[in-house]
Amino acid sequence: MSIAARFAGTEARLAVIAVVVFVAMALLSPDRFLSVQNLTSMAFQFPEFAILALATTVAMLTGGIDLSVVGIANLSAIIAATILIQIAGPAAVGPDAVLWLAASMAAALVVGAVAGLFNGILIAVLGLPAILATLGSGLIFTGIAVALTGGSAMMGFPAATAWLGNGLLFGVPVPLVLFAVLALGIGFLLTRTGFGLKIQMFGTNPLAARFAAVNVTSVLIRVYVLSGMLAAIAGMVIMSRANSAKADYGSSYILLAVLIAVLGGVNPYGGYGKIIGVVLAVLSMQFLSSGLNMLQVSNFARELIWGSLLIFVMIVNSKTGFGMRRGKPAPARPRPEQSSGSGR
Amino acid sequence: MPAAADAPLIAMRGVTKTYSGITALEDVGFSIAAGEAVSLAGENGSGKSTLIKILAGVEQRDSGEISFGGQPQNGLTPRTAAAAGVKVIFQDFSLFPNLTVAENIGFSAELGAGHRLVNRGRVRALAEATLQRLGVQIDLDARVESLPVAHKQLVAICRALATEARLIIMDEPTTALTGREVATLLGIIRRLKADGVAVLFVSHKLAEVLEVCEHVVVLRNGRKVAEGPAAEFDQAKLTRHMTGRDVADAPPEALPPDAPLLMAVRGLAKAGAFAAVDFDLHGGEVLGISGLLGSGRTSLAKALFGLVIPDTGSVRVDGRDVALGDPLAAAHAGIGYVPEDRLTEGLFLTQSILRNVGIGRLEAHGRAAGVLDLAGLWADATDWLKRLAVKAPRVTAEVRSLSGGNQQRVVLARWLSRSPRVLVLNGPSVGVDVGSKAEIHGIIRELSAQGLGVIVISDDLPELLTTCHRILVMKDGRITDELAGGTAEADLARRLAS
Repeated sequence: MSIAARFAGTEARLAVIAVVVFVAMALLSPDRFLSVQNLTSMAFQFPEFAILALATTVAMLTGGIDLSVVGIANLSAIIAATILIQIAGPAAVGPDAVLWLAASMAAALVVGAVAGLFNGILIAVLGLPAILATLGSGLIFTGIAVALTGGSAMMGFPAATAWLGNGLLFGVPVPLVLFAVLALGIGFLLTRTGFGLKIQMFGTNPLAARFAAVNVTSVLIRVYVLSGMLAAIAGMVIMSRANSAKADYGSSYILLAVLIAVLGGVNPYGGYGKIIGVVLAVLSMQFLSSGLNMLQVSNFARELIWGSLLIFVMIVNSKTGFGMRRGKPAPARPRPEQSSGSGR
Repeated sequence: MPAAADAPLIAMRGVTKTYSGITALEDVGFSIAAGEAVSLAGENGSGKSTLIKILAGVEQRDSGEISFGGQPQNGLTPRTAAAAGVKVIFQDFSLFPNLTVAENIGFSAELGAGHRLVNRGRVRALAEATLQRLGVQIDLDARVESLPVAHKQLVAICRALATEARLIIMDEPTTALTGREVATLLGIIRRLKADGVAVLFVSHKLAEVLEVCEHVVVLRNGRKVAEGPAAEFDQAKLTRHMTGRDVADAPPEALPPDAPLLMAVRGLAKAGAFAAVDFDLHGGEVLGISGLLGSGRTSLAKALFGLVIPDTGSVRVDGRDVALGDPLAAAHAGIGYVPEDRLTEGLFLTQSILRNVGIGRLEAHGRAAGVLDLAGLWADATDWLKRLAVKAPRVTAEVRSLSGGNQQRVVLARWLSRSPRVLVLNGPSVGVDVGSKAEIHGIIRELSAQGLGVIVISDDLPELLTTCHRILVMKDGRITDELAGGTAEADLARRLAS
């Protein structure tokens, strides 16, 4: 089979899966699943973990991973919440409230970028394996969040804050609009910019990227900064929807985000992945999650299902020869002491 | 298996294999006697690999007959082929890098014997005996990953011998070896022959083939085009059969005396790799650097491109100092580097041919905010692929679908599209078939004619002599000798080995 046909096949297969899951859930619970109320609530629910999935996708394209996205999301939300509660205050209304919401959003993005920079330095400059570096840094971010809040939820935002997670823009849920804009933006970044192309080429073969005079250190750092900023946006959406910020919100989202990326056809070894695939995977997961909810499947059973699905998808991918580097070790990372570090 | 007294060890007749309509092998037949060394020569894509896979039972033939010791073999599988004593040593050796030499040699015999528990003493004894049989000394307790390539290959040969090999098939055994190591390997093959073990030597390095084999079989486009005693073949005749045409070897034209100084390397040194390296490179000059494995030639090449950080010294291009140890600075100064190991260092295998070229030109086609002018980028890349005559069905195909020679041209195209001043080619024709090799040499000649400085690092002596104006010889990290291009090959070989 030609490469083009196979890749088209991956996305086509995902579209079929999304439709099958939708139809299956509609048949199992027709009046509730297809109700306007359910469909709307799904549109409000998925963007927060979908944005986290975009964040992990970008990192996975380089052959790395970002397990700290949930930690970054919560830490960013807590900093934003501090601004909204302590400086703006719950009573803020009108342009004042909007201004403070924007300021808190900007602060969250800065926190996300700084956290991502920290990850990027650990991985690109110090040469730590991404999976361990971000596992550790995720705990650090969560720890800082706990230290700032004492572990309790922060509440009492200006009413305008709710718009971000619960509002409508031209009749479309705001989080959905946000996700759509981000997905399109990341898709554009990956396919139409030099940075995006370098991400994919680096993910395919980090050593060859170095030999081709690609500024690998800079590419990697920017990838994790981007991932951190996406996580911060997800954190703001979660905060707005929950009308509170807490150090341990969305702890099951990390598995979900990785699962969506892998289901969406992102090669866990790096180098291949399409945003359209991730979007289709997000929809499948939301249909499934919502349907299981209606069938009153317990949360614990759901984690079991997510885990099994992740393993199953990776087995299918390896059997079809996609997404696995069989019989060939992953190319060595550039050794840090040889890194140029001058990549602007 | 009981062999009929006069039947050859392996006999093939009319072997044919097609892959989804494409004929990989057509009506190929020859035989190998016990203790005989047969050379299977052919360019990449001539069907050599398919033939090996069929003999090893990895692929099934569509038609034709194969017999081992007179016994017809139908439905050959890797297990039955191995049981009959057919052992293949693939290019990557398929060793366990984290295990010791003794374990690598002894384990498959130990497992094959059906023991449930591994007896370390027995494994060690077997490994020791096998190494002795070849008359080589390798530390039994060394981990295989720590060994040089030549020793890894010996371990792979020993592993085959430890399991009662009757025919050892060596797939391109010499590509990673220096001249001296090749000589050792040929000595080992002679020993194997004396022991009654047959060897099928698959190679496109021509000189070696003639030296060690009694019999030569040449494949071209899946067909056997020539067969006969090795004595009847010489290099020119082999090349003609493999490529179907004559490949002329002519030394480069003399450099004009007013050629400008392009690159000056002074006092370049790195502890443990190379020391006191001084040389000049002029515009339009092709400079060869040769030396045995461990002479520091590859470290020096990488240092010129910033991939190895030298301790002291300077590299100047066009009179300007190039920051050392920084590939981006080197590339910016107009130095290009085509690596030795194309598959791991040169190419993005699963990416398209276009992207593999385009990655070198992203900056030139960047617009505001890093958005690429994709049309311009692809047109530029396509243009370079055309200029270097890369043969590809589609430019959007994965680059790994190309043959070695075309892959090398893709890496070259990436660098040439950046209009470099100096191009460092490390092993430009390693793993490239005869026809493509001549074309790559043609490209080198053309580039130098355009005023580029080219540095060719190679241990392929004929290649150096036909492409280079001057050749520097490295030994123990120092440049010990300098020869003019067009020197006799024997002379260069002597100076290298002395």
